[in-house]
Amino acid sequence: MNDEPKKPGQDELPADEGGAETTPESPEADAPEAAEADDQAKAEAKAKAEAVAKAKAAAEAKAAAEAAKPPWEKLPVAPEDEDATDDPLVAALREQHGEAIESAFLCAGDLRVQVARSAIADVCRSLKIDHDFTMAEDLCGVHYPGREVGEFEVVYHLYNIPENRRLRLKVAAGEGESVPTVALVHRGFNWLEREAYDMYGIRFEGHPDMTRILLWEGFNGYPLRKDFPVEGIDTGSAIYPEYYDESAGPVTGTGTGWRPQPPPEPEPEPGAAAGEAEEGEG
Amino acid sequence: MMESVLELLGPELYYGALTPALKIAVLLFVGILPVITYLVLAERKILGYIQVRLGPNRVGPWGLLQPIADVMKLLVKEDVIPNRAIRWAFILAPCLVVGPAFVIFAVIPVGPPAAEPGGLDLFITDVNVGLLFIVAMATIAVYGLIIGGWSSNSKFSLLGGLRSAAQMISYEVPQGFALVAALLLAGSMSMVGIVEAQKAAGVWFVFPQFLGFFIYFVAGVAESNRNPFDLPEAESELVAGYHTEYSGMRFALFFLGEYANMIVISAVAVTLYFGGWYRPFPNVEALSFLDFPFLPAGLVAVFWFAVKVFAFLFVYIWFRGTFPRYRFDQLMDLGWKWMIPLALLNIFLTALFKLVL
Amino acid sequence: MTEPGSGAQTLFDLKEMELNFGPQHPSTHGVLRLKLKVDGERIVDCYPIIGYLHRGTEKLFELHPYFQNVPHTDRMDYVAAATNNLAYVAAVERLFGLTVPPRARYIRTLLCELQRISSHLLWLATHAIDIGAMTPFFYTFREREIILDLFEEYCGARLTLNCMRPGGQPFDLTVGWEERCREFIDDFPSKIDEYEGLLTENRIWKKRTVGVGVLDPDVAVDYGVTGPLLRGSGVNWDLRKATPYEAYGEVEFDVPLGKNGDTYDRYIIRMEEMRQSSRIITQCLDKLPEGKIMAHRPRVMKGPKVGEAYAAIEAPKGVLGFYIVSDGKPGPYRCRVRPPSFMNLQVLPEMTRNHLLSDLVAIIGTTDIVLGEIDR
Repeated sequence: MNDEPKKPGQDELPADEGGAETTPESPEADAPEAAEADDQAKAEAKAKAEAVAKAKAAAEAKAAAEAAKPPWEKLPVAPEDEDATDDPLVAALREQHGEAIESAFLCAGDLRVQVARSAIADVCRSLKIDHDFTMAEDLCGVHYPGREVGEFEVVYHLYNIPENRRLRLKVAAGEGESVPTVALVHRGFNWLEREAYDMYGIRFEGHPDMTRILLWEGFNGYPLRKDFPVEGIDTGSAIYPEYYDESAGPVTGTGTGWRPQPPPEPEPEPGAAAGEAEEGEG
Repeated sequence: MMESVLELLGPELYYGALTPALKIAVLLFVGILPVITYLVLAERKILGYIQVRLGPNRVGPWGLLQPIADVMKLLVKEDVIPNRAIRWAFILAPCLVVGPAFVIFAVIPVGPPAAEPGGLDLFITDVNVGLLFIVAMATIAVYGLIIGGWSSNSKFSLLGGLRSAAQMISYEVPQGFALVAALLLAGSMSMVGIVEAQKAAGVWFVFPQFLGFFIYFVAGVAESNRNPFDLPEAESELVAGYHTEYSGMRFALFFLGEYANMIVISAVAVTLYFGGWYRPFPNVEALSFLDFPFLPAGLVAVFWFAVKVFAFLFVYIWFRGTFPRYRFDQLMDLGWKWMIPLALLNIFLTALFKLVL
Repeated sequence: MTEPGSGAQTLFDLKEMELNFGPQHPSTHGVLRLKLKVDGERIVDCYPIIGYLHRGTEKLFELHPYFQNVPHTDRMDYVAAATNNLAYVAAVERLFGLTVPPRARYIRTLLCELQRISSHLLWLATHAIDIGAMTPFFYTFREREIILDLFEEYCGARLTLNCMRPGGQPFDLTVGWEERCREFIDDFPSKIDEYEGLLTENRIWKKRTVGVGVLDPDVAVDYGVTGPLLRGSGVNWDLRKATPYEAYGEVEFDVPLGKNGDTYDRYIIRMEEMRQSSRIITQCLDKLPEGKIMAHRPRVMKGPKVGEAYAAIEAPKGVLGFYIVSDGKPGPYRCRVRPPSFMNLQVLPEMTRNHLLSDLVAIIGTTDIVLGEIDR
């Protein structure tokens, strides 16, 4: 099923071209052999035309069969983006916030609105108050290293319970740029913003408690960034600076484990290990 | 043989020291300790059947050796005293819980006094202020819990100790009042006297004193920190309450204390309200086969006493299988707003009843 | 209990005690840590600290192809793996544009509702034991065992099911599974009566739950609280009804709603949800269509187009959403999980303020959190 003609439209195209090629060939043939050749060519052309017609019919039948098939028998078709600037909600938001609403798309029933970074709190507030998007469903960060409009993206999901409508807002932010907090609009975003900060290092301006949430306070790095190593980083020195020097802590996967030893008095082992590691690096 | 010992020691030492000591030894090592260890097994078994499971059944036939294994484990376990605990208080606390609970058994009659002088009394001593003695001793256990909770230097223990202090003090009041009413009815504070008074009245005191009994028993459940009043050691809230930091033998002592307390409360309830060692309806001749005339009278008395106590212990376990736990303030509400007024009313009615008759 | 601000407090120099509740505590349901400020037993402030179970699942999602990521979802809400699977595959299906055949949709609904029952049973067991009632624990585990057996028969696993694939179901129901499921589900409502007999009208149970941990509907919505917690406050939002997915549009069921938003209401709601789940399961078994269980898809699935998809379902604990960003590669570029427990836990300080320590465990129980999902 997979290797044979994939889509009926593609199937028809080469057949048509073949049919078109035969006709211009005939006038160029020589005179004496012309009649014979002509006959032959005609016969060939006829046969070809018949074949084309057959192929066409078969393709059509196939297409019809394909169309009659239930959707789960067909090959999947990924949903397309449609411009949704004329959506009443987007229009209303445009009216209120003007240029802050940068673009809007509709994809598989999800409305997606790109909002300017500085306006996100205001947009959320007006959505909550005027448009009933009261439910703070989700907030997350996405990292696009090297993107022009800003390396990070914060994605908000809001839900309108009476109308059963979901709205996705997106904000772009560069490295070191902070996004106005929406934790004061929807209190549910409080922890979610902390998580985005924890995972991506996106700062939220005005957030009441901008601390790490899942990782510990001393953690060095933002693990969901694309440049964060998958195998993890050395965390020994981050938690136990008095025991471990930089990059001399427990190494993941070695299985040796570690024991906190009394702080160094007579030349302790960890210090020696640290020295070795440093030498190795140098 | 007994005569020669009597001659050797003289009657004073013999009756004053040797027989009580022997009785205590028998009571402790044949009576209470095995009963407690097997009570734990019984509790686990009964709870098991309430909860559609089997309970312990691996150690020995039907798990009968389980208590021994438990005791061995607790004895052998390392005994940890937290670094910053107050050492002497930490060690003292479990003793304060267990000691008084055992001492109370001294005045509880498991059987009748000797028929002829020089015979065997089936109790260690019959003090004429037995009831007061019990109340006084029961109060001491509170100190054990408070000291244990406080000396552990743990916040959960402290909260457990505080809870137990508040709970036991507020439930001792209605319990005392309930006892007063029974005492009014019996006209005696001696435990043996109360049992005999019930026989003389021809009716268990639970019938005229139903309210009193109810208050006594509910307060008793609260006193012994059992469900639904097990707040001081509420495991889901305070980890293990006042004994969070205890382990090994010291924990076992707390454990022992709790179960000894259960038995004490049940035994006192039986003595006060359910005719002590007598069979049901001791004055009805038609039921005299319940006295099992072919058996020694003392044995039958102990049998009936034990049956009644075990019935109460079963109720304890049944509670545990059925009820959720009260909240602290609700417990106080119940104690001060309901139990105490009811207990006072009970005293009043009993006194009135006495006066009219 | 002294009312806050009653003036009585100013008489003494009251010092609040700081109490660390967890992460090793019998009733924090895992490794939740609460920093409590208590005045005696009254909770003045509560600050949840989470992350002890953080395993970087969202990072892991980025390392594997779409079709190999399903087992990761099992490990989030590890007592309700089927619904996790469903949420993930629903998002992937939306991204690829896959349509699921009807039989697979029904099987999914069956599995999810069984999972809901099993999750609620576990909740009831732990909630009751938190409040001090020990026995319901064993009763509910008796029934949960049967459900887990059904799961085991279907997919070979009892907890980490891995029982769904984007596009359909990996296996058809085994022979006799339907009968065994029907046998269980016919009997199940009487079992619910048994639990309710122990608890619903129990005076102590009512005293411990009525009026405890009241959650205002506005506050609940504002905090993004979902699931029985939200419906207990009377907000009618159940994604099974609001945006029917799988076979939920084709079966009849009611969404129970609470009035007071207290722990007791939420208890009643979850009990009723179990009954409704068994109703759904019965209907699914009746209507179960024949046919394929997997959508047609190429043997080797190339990556989807550059794009994104968000799919949310009603998991036993609330709305579980997956937000997947694709960059055209065979694996997700970013896979975000919207865990219901995370949002439900966030409201805990609001619910516990000025309650007693004993109420705290009741409230933790009623939020029905699973730390595997919160920390991911």
